[in-house]
Order: sequence, then structure tokens, then C-alpha cells
Amino acid sequence: MARRTFALNRLPGFALIAGITFFLLYLPILTLVVFSFNAEASMSIWGGLSLDWYRAAFTNRTVQEVSLRSLVIAVSAASVATTVATLAALATTRTAAFRGQTLIYALIHQPLMVPEIVTGVALLIFFAMIKVYTGYTGLAYLIAAHSAFCIPFAYLPIRARLQTMDITLERAAADLYATPLQTFRRITLPLLMPGILAGFMLAFVISLDTVVITELVKSAGQDTLATYMLGQMRRAVTPEMYAISTLFLLLSIVAVSVFFLLSRQRVG
Amino acid sequence: MRPLPLNHPTTLSRWLLSTPALVILLLAASGPLLIVLVYSFLSPGPYGGVVWEFSTEGWFQVFFSRDIFDDSVGPAYAHWSIFWRSVRLALLTTLFAALLGFPTAWFIATRPAGTRELWLFLVTIPFWTNLVIRTFAIQEVIRNQGLINSVLLNIGLINQPIQMLYTDFAILVGMTYVFLPLMVLPLYASMDKLDGRLLEAAYDLYASRMRVLWHIILPLVKPGFIAGSILVFIPAIGAYVTPRILGGGRHLMLGNLIELQFGQGRNWPLGAALALTLLVIVLVALLVYIRLVMRDPEREHG
Repeated sequence: MARRTFALNRLPGFALIAGITFFLLYLPILTLVVFSFNAEASMSIWGGLSLDWYRAAFTNRTVQEVSLRSLVIAVSAASVATTVATLAALATTRTAAFRGQTLIYALIHQPLMVPEIVTGVALLIFFAMIKVYTGYTGLAYLIAAHSAFCIPFAYLPIRARLQTMDITLERAAADLYATPLQTFRRITLPLLMPGILAGFMLAFVISLDTVVITELVKSAGQDTLATYMLGQMRRAVTPEMYAISTLFLLLSIVAVSVFFLLSRQRVG
Repeated sequence: MRPLPLNHPTTLSRWLLSTPALVILLLAASGPLLIVLVYSFLSPGPYGGVVWEFSTEGWFQVFFSRDIFDDSVGPAYAHWSIFWRSVRLALLTTLFAALLGFPTAWFIATRPAGTRELWLFLVTIPFWTNLVIRTFAIQEVIRNQGLINSVLLNIGLINQPIQMLYTDFAILVGMTYVFLPLMVLPLYASMDKLDGRLLEAAYDLYASRMRVLWHIILPLVKPGFIAGSILVFIPAIGAYVTPRILGGGRHLMLGNLIELQFGQGRNWPLGAALALTLLVIVLVALLVYIRLVMRDPEREHG
């Protein structure tokens, strides 16, 4: 049906406000990107293009250390969250309502409802108790905290993918005497893969972004890139931070782009 | 046909498959909340932590304070002013996000079908950028040697930098900036489903643009507004990073007050009680949300 272009599509001023919104959304980020290439450490003087701040960031031992720790935590937490979220999604999708379903949903979505500061405080107290009993102060606390927080973000895209998948193929495989495990490995898993990868990407980005929980749970010397930057902000700001921010931004954009491409893929 | 445990799970196997996720969530998300409740009724330890003695002092201190000389009880003004700032800034953030978000979502919803996804993508990119970096970016724009002041000074419009950083205004700008996409996305979702013929009908019947906007569009996208408001309000009321960076330590919000009790304050029971107070505010907001969503829309327009 050819739709008449409706005059209301151009509500007066709306396009202007939208334009301003997009401008405001990108102005601060682009400021960081642009001035990360400024040879001068000032916003009022442009000293020409320079990669000095990137060189400084790359050779800074602390930055190397916290970046590596961020990646280790994010990859571990996203892997754990995606694995358990896949199992949970298989159990709770494409089925009639069953006893306890609401409870499972509520638990899975809980990290989305409770403010991060409350979860952070709860984990601080709980982990402090465990630390006293076991004496262990390693990274596992942060990985566990991030895994739990990332579960809903991994779960949602996997569930969305499952809901669009036709169950007939799996039935056909079963009719042809494939064992349940074979059906899962040869049919369900390959079809579900884009959803699983999308969930992983989202969980990965969320873990990199989780700063309040990390700040409260971390032991001494366990700064991640996010908490390191938060701490640096109390001191004088150097353009080196612009360079780190720009690289961080790039990483997030790549991960989110992959997520969008994966979740747009059609089944079959 | 043979059974398919992974596709046709029984109730038992559904629970078994969900178990790993539930164990992690119970250990590292839901369960510890109960420990917070217990801790809010204990006595503070001298160097942080708690002493296992029952006490309601933590909850008492949330709202009241005792005079150190004559032990008389009065309201804890410092806490009340932080509660008020948190609620006020969270509501204002929701309002500004709606004022900017509505036209933006409408703009995206009225683009040709092929380009809408790209516009949505542009809205979400800043959202997936690290919260610390986005708040840092705002700081660099508004601080005294920042972008705005540098430009204004250079073109001679002002002689002195305008103090914007470390004010309530800075926190409001920062929170609107970081949470805006959470308003745009649900608004867009509700507009996407809007039946264009309704608007055309109204327009054909000589309704003015403002009347169509007020009487047709706004009621129809109300679910998007409600969802967007709850999505913005909850992280705003519990904000920690944005007020810490842009408020500069003097303009505290509830999140900072809570964290303070586990750091310099060394009053874990008070911190636990404050955290639960925040949780109660969020639960009330969620209940209001559920009430609004559950209300039968047919009856309203009948």
C-alpha cells in the first residue's frame, strides 16, 4: 500500500530537537576523540596532530595491567554468563507455562531491577565474610559478581533467537532416530549460534562497563580499566586519558556492531 | 516420536537446566541482599565491618540524629537533603530525557524503513560506551578549562570561566546524557506500532497538529513513556558514578552516601540500612509502574 506522506511526520520543531539531541549525544565523545590527537595538553590551544598521548598510554605499565585485567574478567564472566544463560533459555523458551517459571524469570532479571550500588554493597559484605573464612582474595570474586550481573544480558538475545526458531527441524531429527544429544549438537546449537554469540558480545560489553560493583568488590591492587579511570579523575586530567577513552570507545563500538549484525541474522 | 529432553523438557529437567544460572544468581546477586538485611540490624565494628550485637541504631540513623551533648533526637538533616537531591535529580532527569527523547524517537520512527535501524544504532552507540568515559566526557565539556569555557573565552564572550562542574546542574546534565537512550528506545518501540491511519483520520477531520499530538499520539505512546520513565528513574535514583565525578564530593546522592559508610564512614549497619532504603524506593517505583501498565487502556478511552 502506498502510504501518503503525512504532514504530521513533520511536527514543527521535532526534527530540530532530534538534531540537537544527536549533536549533544556525540559532542562530548567526539571532544575526547579529537583532543586525544592534540599535541598540546589544553583545550584552548591546538598544537597540531600528534600520537604522543597514545604512545604514553601504551607504555604506561599501570594502564597495561588494568586493561589486561579488564579483558580477563570480561571474557571469563561473559563465557560463564553465556553458558548458563543458554541452558536457562533452552529450559524456559518454547514451552507452556510451568511451575516456578515466574520465579526463574524474576531471578534472572533481578540484576536489571536492583540498583548496582545495592548489589555492590551486598556483594562487598558477602565476599568480606568469605574472605575471612577462606583467606582467598583473588579475581574469582570479581568474575563471579560480573557473571551474575551479565546473565540477563546474555539471556535476552539467546531467548529472542530461540523464539524465532522452528521446532520442526528438531522434531524431524528426532524422528530420524537422532539421539537428543545429536539433535542438540547438529541442529539446535548451530541454529542458535548467532544468538549465543550476540549474548556473549553483550555480556562482554556490560562486564567492561560494570564499574560500581567492581569498585566495591575489588581487593587492593585489583583495579580494572573503568575503576582506574574513575580513580584518576580525582587527579589532574591528562590527554592520555582521552587516548585511553578513545581506544575503549573503539572496542565497545566493534563489540556492539558485531552484536547488531548477529542479532539481525534471520533463521535458516 | 522419541523424547527430546532439550526441546521438550519436563518440569524437572527445566529446573535442572536453569540450575547453573540460578546458583550463580543466588550466590552473587539475590542471596547477598538478605545478608544486607541482617547487617542493617547489627552494631558497627570499630574499623568497619560489624559486631554481632542486635541494634536498630543503623535504621535510626538513616532518618534521625542524636545531639552529641544532650542526646536529644532530631531529624538527620544531612541525610534528608541527600534524599531530596536524589529524588529531585532523578525526577528531573526523567523529565528532561522525556522532553528530548520524545521528538528524537518520533524523528527516528518517521524515517524511511531502511534507515531507521541506522538511527537507532546511533542512539545506542553512546549508551554502550563505558559509563565512566561518558561522564568523563561531560566533565571535559563543562569544566572551567573545558570545551565550552575555552570556546567562550576565546571568542571573548566571557572574561571568567562559568562554574558548571561540581554543581547539581552538572549532575543533572550528566545523568540526562547517560540515561537518554533508555527513554528513546521504548518510546520508539511504542511509536513503531502506531497506526498511521488514526493520525490521518484525525487530520482529515480538521484536527490541528497540536490537537493530534495531544489527543492521539500522546495517549497511544503512553506505554513507551511509562517504560522509558522507569528505565531512566531507577538507575538515576541509584546513581553513583555521575554524582561522584560531576558533583565533586560535596553534592552527594544516595549512592555516594551508601558507599561512604563502607569507606571513610566505617558504619556498615547504616550503609546497609541506606541501601535497603534505596531498594524500597525502587520497589515503590516498580509497583507504580506495574499499576500503570496493568490498568486497562480500553476503559480509559471508553
